[in-house]
Amino acid sequence: MDLSTLITPGTLFFFMLAAVTLVSALGVALAPNILYSAFSLLGTLGGVAGLYLLLGADFVGIVQVLVYVGGILVLILFAVLLTNKLGELKLNNLSTGLMVGAPAAVALLALIVKGVTTTAWPLTEEATAPTTARLGDSFLREHLLPFELVSLVLLMALVGAMVIARRAAKEEGRSVPEESHDRLVG
Amino acid sequence: MSAILTIGLNHYLLLSAALFAIGLLTVATRRNAVAVLMGVELILNAAALNFVAFSHYVEGTVGGQVFAVFIIVMAAAEAAIALAIVLSIFRHFKSIDANDTSTLRE
Repeated sequence: MDLSTLITPGTLFFFMLAAVTLVSALGVALAPNILYSAFSLLGTLGGVAGLYLLLGADFVGIVQVLVYVGGILVLILFAVLLTNKLGELKLNNLSTGLMVGAPAAVALLALIVKGVTTTAWPLTEEATAPTTARLGDSFLREHLLPFELVSLVLLMALVGAMVIARRAAKEEGRSVPEESHDRLVG
Repeated sequence: MSAILTIGLNHYLLLSAALFAIGLLTVATRRNAVAVLMGVELILNAAALNFVAFSHYVEGTVGGQVFAVFIIVMAAAEAAIALAIVLSIFRHFKSIDANDTSTLRE
């Protein structure tokens, strides 16, 4: 069989995205500097977003870019930059226990690969893009309760995060609102 | 050769297994709390990729994509809380090394 007929654009895109995803995931795991880890995460998240688009999940792919790359990655970068003293960035990401962690990860990988390759999956006809309309329909019909619950959880988590971070600021004596309150009362 | 080059469900499952293993490696080996959080994000991405792949090849409906969106929302909530806790720990212990922060009080 001719090789050039087998290599379709879909195949090419899959292997390119898979390579980007895995290489930058390895960067996250092994980079000596935590800033490099954080920027490698960008490649992984972008690669996974491309794979979602390849799988016909256009809405999930866009949400991945908006929420992960635009939100979570920025949060992580803030966390990295706020919790490292300048000049110490390199020291604070030392890996320990690679001797223990690597065999565990490889063993788990082997187990999953064995399970994936020996199971006969019941394949059906593939879901085709665009799925956004069907996804919205499903959110407002059969998944309405989980959808409302998850938005409540998100609201609670964000308010809770603000409370926790603010209490930390208050302990350091940087709380401006309390002082202005005293000034108003006095 | 054609089994490798014809993209199917197994390709996505193996890729997501590798992503999961790398995430586990990150969680197990890093001492910086933020780096551990990055490993958790890798694991969550691997799980969501599995859901979308199954939804595409096995189920044929959007059920798996719904789960993937829920996973992304949960990851956002988790990242916000984790950032707040990490900041709090850093102000308290002056370090976010997981080995240094093993007590509940000073």
